[in-house]
Amino acid sequence: MAEGTVISVEESARAAVERQPLVAPGRTMGWISDYVSSIVESQSPRWWWVAISITGSLTLLLLACLTYLVATGVGVWGNNHPVGWAWDITNFVFWIGIGHAGTLISAILFLTRQKWRTSINRAAEAMTLFAVICAAIYPTMHVGRVWMSWFLIPVPNANGIWQNFRSPLMWDGFAVLTYFLVSVLFWYTGLIPDLATLRDRATTKVRKFFYGILALGWRGGNRQWRHYEMAYLLLAGLSTPLVLSVHSVVSFDFAASVIPGWHTTIFPPYFVAGAIFGGFAMVLTILIPARAVYRPLGDLITVSHIDKMCKVLLFTGSIVGYAYLMEMFMAWYSGNPFERATFWYRVTGPYWWAYALMILCNVAMPQLLWFRFFRTHVIWVFVIAMFANVGMWFERFVIVATSLTRDFLPSSWGMFHPTWVDIATFAGTLGLFGTLFLLFIRFLPMVCMFEVKAVLPSANPNPGGKH
Amino acid sequence: MENAGNPSAPLYGVGAEFATAADLTRAAREIRGAGYESFDVFSPFPIHGMDKIVGARRSPLGRIVFIGGLTGFLTAVAVQYLPSAVIYPLIVHGKPTGFFAIPAYFPILFETTVLFSAFTAFVGLLMMIGLPRFNHPLFNWERFKGVSGEGFFAVIESRDPRFSTEEAGRFLESLGGSNVTVIHED
Repeated sequence: MAEGTVISVEESARAAVERQPLVAPGRTMGWISDYVSSIVESQSPRWWWVAISITGSLTLLLLACLTYLVATGVGVWGNNHPVGWAWDITNFVFWIGIGHAGTLISAILFLTRQKWRTSINRAAEAMTLFAVICAAIYPTMHVGRVWMSWFLIPVPNANGIWQNFRSPLMWDGFAVLTYFLVSVLFWYTGLIPDLATLRDRATTKVRKFFYGILALGWRGGNRQWRHYEMAYLLLAGLSTPLVLSVHSVVSFDFAASVIPGWHTTIFPPYFVAGAIFGGFAMVLTILIPARAVYRPLGDLITVSHIDKMCKVLLFTGSIVGYAYLMEMFMAWYSGNPFERATFWYRVTGPYWWAYALMILCNVAMPQLLWFRFFRTHVIWVFVIAMFANVGMWFERFVIVATSLTRDFLPSSWGMFHPTWVDIATFAGTLGLFGTLFLLFIRFLPMVCMFEVKAVLPSANPNPGGKH
Repeated sequence: MENAGNPSAPLYGVGAEFATAADLTRAAREIRGAGYESFDVFSPFPIHGMDKIVGARRSPLGRIVFIGGLTGFLTAVAVQYLPSAVIYPLIVHGKPTGFFAIPAYFPILFETTVLFSAFTAFVGLLMMIGLPRFNHPLFNWERFKGVSGEGFFAVIESRDPRFSTEEAGRFLESLGGSNVTVIHED
């Protein structure tokens, strides 16, 4: 009797500490290939056509706005003295920040052996690329004479002039370009084995040709896998400091200036935490609807995955909240009257509502995620993620606009008023992001099939033994 | 034994299909133990510990990438230092332009190092694994298509000094391989 009790206690203890399966039980390798590929192979569902007609229209609106801007001048945006950086830079930082979650999931979680990343990394990396594309539009357009953007690239030119490499704007150009290119390589490297799956399953000539070319002739032998795994590890190792550097460099655009409210040393870590927070919110924003539409995906992207992402959201949201407080404290503690005035103005000035919204969305709402209830009910997660999306946009707006509206001299104070072009351009980048993502889920496997197969129990080469 | 490809074409090797990752791992250990050198195992995902079993050395890609990164670093040194200090010194805020501006060169040094390393990793990978190569004898084998789905395969190549079609086929069958097939080059 006593012995039996001991065993049952031991058993229940073991059950309690046993990990949740990463993929719902009963899903085999064949099922994973069949289901994930079927999303790409089947006819486009009706909702897809509806969605892409909306996002596609917005993309056309973006093209129209950019054409109008290039033809007329940057004056079509509301940027003016004293607010020379406005929605354009706000949107740039907003989009580039969103990208960071993708790289964090694909690189940092890979190095730290968080196997749950396998179900979500492909979609998150795709999101990174699309967000960086949206981001790159803004500074490119903001230079005004767009056809001269190539001046950023250090090549000998007829004017005999060279760039100032000590300028944060140059650093930014290099950082964003590197980030984009490395993310593309990382993403494509991860795609090769899955493209081979699509190639091998292809039934039409066009698909065979298209996926055949993209898969490069992948065969999946150990002679290929061993180099492949090393390359993937190296790319992850390279992307990890890269992702931390990119938003740090973006923050230098502000921190290296002398504007009160920007000139702070806390910016790099604060921006990186904010980027990861905003990025995870966007990953949830796109994966929760995808899970709802393609229901069996719920067996790969389980509630446990969402729960883990929520914990990241809670953690980074709390760091962001700490940064907001520390900013305030440093403004007071520095004794610099301009610094103090700027921060007081942020909280109590005419933009108080933007500041309050930012605190509500980024600091207050994520605190709900302390409760398991909110982390495991996807509707709530979606609502909180939407708050975070809005909040992160307002955070950048607060940083960019409030510091500029009050110059050192009261004679040059002024407010910022967006024009219709500002609004339409931002809506347009949302459309572009959506369009690219919709095309992605129709043409490429949304889940990294080979990595998910590798975390199935049946992938263990020594069943019963230690892995 | 079945044939894949044109039977009159030169021989590539003999392949067999295995049911699970564990079966393939066991088979790989046996094939290596029997003294074969030119063989490979194919799976939909990298199998944990397989490198050690088939006796593969650690991929040298890391060293290649180090050289790529070093090239990137030196490129960034040249691209930043020469214009800033020699060709076109631009004094901003009265700050130094040459050697003493090193901290301001750091971000681009770092980014360019990463950029070159990543490209080296990607191009190096393709060179090491011999891709892109769209035509391969294994693609003559219809069942081999399963390798990217849920199929596990082992192939003993004809260039192995110990190779004989009959013996290799029988050996693979004795290891539990099914659909043992002779694969031709064409």
